[in-house]
Amino acid sequence: MANRTIRVDYIARVEGESALDLQIRDGRVTSARLKIFEPPRLFEALLRGRGFAEAPDITARICGICPVAYQMSSVHAMEDALGVRVDGQLRALRRLLYCGEWIESHALHVVMLHAPDFLGYQDGIQMAAKHGDAVRNGLALKKAGNELMRLLGGREIHPVNVRVGGFYRVPGRAELAPVVEGLKRARDIAVATARWVAGFPFPDYERDYEFVALRHPNEYAINEGHIVSNRGLDIAAADYDSEFEERHVAHSTALQSVLKRRGSYLVGPLARYNLNFDRLPADAQSLARETGLGPVCRNPFKSIIVRAIELVYACDEALRIIAAYEPPAAPSVKLEPRAGVGHACTEAPRGILYHRYELADDGSIRTARIVPPTSQNQLAIEEDLCEVATRALDLSDDALRDRCEQTIRNYDPCISCSCHFLKLALHRE
Amino acid sequence: MGETRRPRLAVWKFASCDGCQLSLLDCEDELLAVAGAVEIAYFPEASSAMAKGPYDLSLVEGSITTAHDAERIHKVRRQSKFLVTIGACATAGGIQALRNFADVQEFVAAVYASPQFISTLATSTPISAHVKVDFELNGCPINKAQLLEVISAFLAGRKPAIGAHSVCVECKLRGNVCVMVQGTPCLGPVTHAGCGAICPAYHRGCYGCFGPMERPNTAALAAEWQRLGATPRDLRRVFRTFNAAAEPFRKESDAHGE
Repeated sequence: MANRTIRVDYIARVEGESALDLQIRDGRVTSARLKIFEPPRLFEALLRGRGFAEAPDITARICGICPVAYQMSSVHAMEDALGVRVDGQLRALRRLLYCGEWIESHALHVVMLHAPDFLGYQDGIQMAAKHGDAVRNGLALKKAGNELMRLLGGREIHPVNVRVGGFYRVPGRAELAPVVEGLKRARDIAVATARWVAGFPFPDYERDYEFVALRHPNEYAINEGHIVSNRGLDIAAADYDSEFEERHVAHSTALQSVLKRRGSYLVGPLARYNLNFDRLPADAQSLARETGLGPVCRNPFKSIIVRAIELVYACDEALRIIAAYEPPAAPSVKLEPRAGVGHACTEAPRGILYHRYELADDGSIRTARIVPPTSQNQLAIEEDLCEVATRALDLSDDALRDRCEQTIRNYDPCISCSCHFLKLALHRE
Repeated sequence: MGETRRPRLAVWKFASCDGCQLSLLDCEDELLAVAGAVEIAYFPEASSAMAKGPYDLSLVEGSITTAHDAERIHKVRRQSKFLVTIGACATAGGIQALRNFADVQEFVAAVYASPQFISTLATSTPISAHVKVDFELNGCPINKAQLLEVISAFLAGRKPAIGAHSVCVECKLRGNVCVMVQGTPCLGPVTHAGCGAICPAYHRGCYGCFGPMERPNTAALAAEWQRLGATPRDLRRVFRTFNAAAEPFRKESDAHGE
């Protein structure tokens, strides 16, 4: 059989700059690489010497798509270092803000970025010609998430209201009321979206992944929980470095995050769903069953359905938090700078986001370490590319290229996030 | 179909967080109308179409931090009738311009295990340091209403109606009580308007993410901050964030040693 090279120079409909390179020799996939050429921005270096209070605003700028995730992981890690806990309604408001980001990010990906793959369009705007209602509804859903972020955070991208210890200003009950109608409508749209995407044609593909996500005693984990997996991992964020490491893989442009003992793993909606199905409310569970998902889904192409289920959950959870909300007495808790080390892991829309900071006596940052979800998924993406392509070698080059791009988009990768840890090299050999 | 040709829009990314181009997709109510009025010819974050130039309007996000990008921006310029920078990275170098005040090799070594594999420039520079820019839109991130105004203005052949005054004016328009008179240090008096004075509205001082206004009096403001208890280190930090390489902020930060 002929040797083939499948190449995509710039992967569209993902955040950031990346390319794909697939080598096929004698009917076998010999290499599958996701190349990253996003320039490094060196956040861990520039954070040194800054005050602990500056971390949420600075790290938010790693990613415009999931700034709340960076703000949340950084404030929790700083609070860990300073020995304070933020509870009650302040904790609930953080969860509410995070729901807003999940809704905005998932709606964008499901409707505008991923659905076009299944329906054969180049983008959501072209898709609107035939699927106008789905696109308009998707944008309305996205807007509902943005409204929550604007209300709680001041603006959608890089919100200004999050601080270590809580918020600068908390809303009154009456201020939250206007978003309720929009969220109820968003919930209906999310349910319809789940049914819509469940009807897409899915490649028959499953893989035995190690799923890694947070797990909480009684919530679908977002801001806190143990880091667990389907192969027995169960650790606190403080023990992250004892189980995970970033490895330099030969012929790769990237440091890839692996489980020291077992290698690649998968984070994100699919992992959360599979590890926390029992933490979803009954109606989200029954909707999942109705769409054909069992309690465990190993087909990464079906992550689009799981995102839609999480959209329903995030709308429900936001409505629940708003209904139970009572303004706290103070917008934030008091903090005293001190030397220490803090860790935190939260569930960004794309999966767990780990932060670790070491502080000096005066509260300034001595060292910072950040491991974004896309760095953790990168090895799983490359393994999927290899597997998917191996099973689809009879496709034409164009069709195979599309299938590979779709495989990458299953992960909703955020290259802008991952870049700061990636090697900047355009080619090898 | 016999219509006049729609203007062609391109969106480019350099070193950045993607937030400013996301602002276009965040125009949920206007996106389909924009896509009807212009041909979104090149916008890889949103579409696989990626049509070739020339383009009538290029929106450029991000700063120049690699030799490759320093060449690529010239190709973008050549294909673009108008080139508009969107956001603090493209306009002032962004947060990654903090390397300009440090030894970049030391920065790289702090992040990477094998620094010899990293090729990056010693500085992060704005687009205007490399090519002619027709308009600069401030903000980290930009304001999406201002983005729509800029797109409309360039396509209509007029000047964008974007004020160059300070955040203080926006506070007055919004009816905010001044946070500075209540003892909270604020960069509003020297910061370019455009955000809608959101920080003071959320009871916090402005942190300057829209960069310097026209002719800011940063020295007078720094003196006021010191009266409120700010140390020289506080002042250095506050002028060295998302617009650290913008000249008035860079100069003021240099005036406050360790």
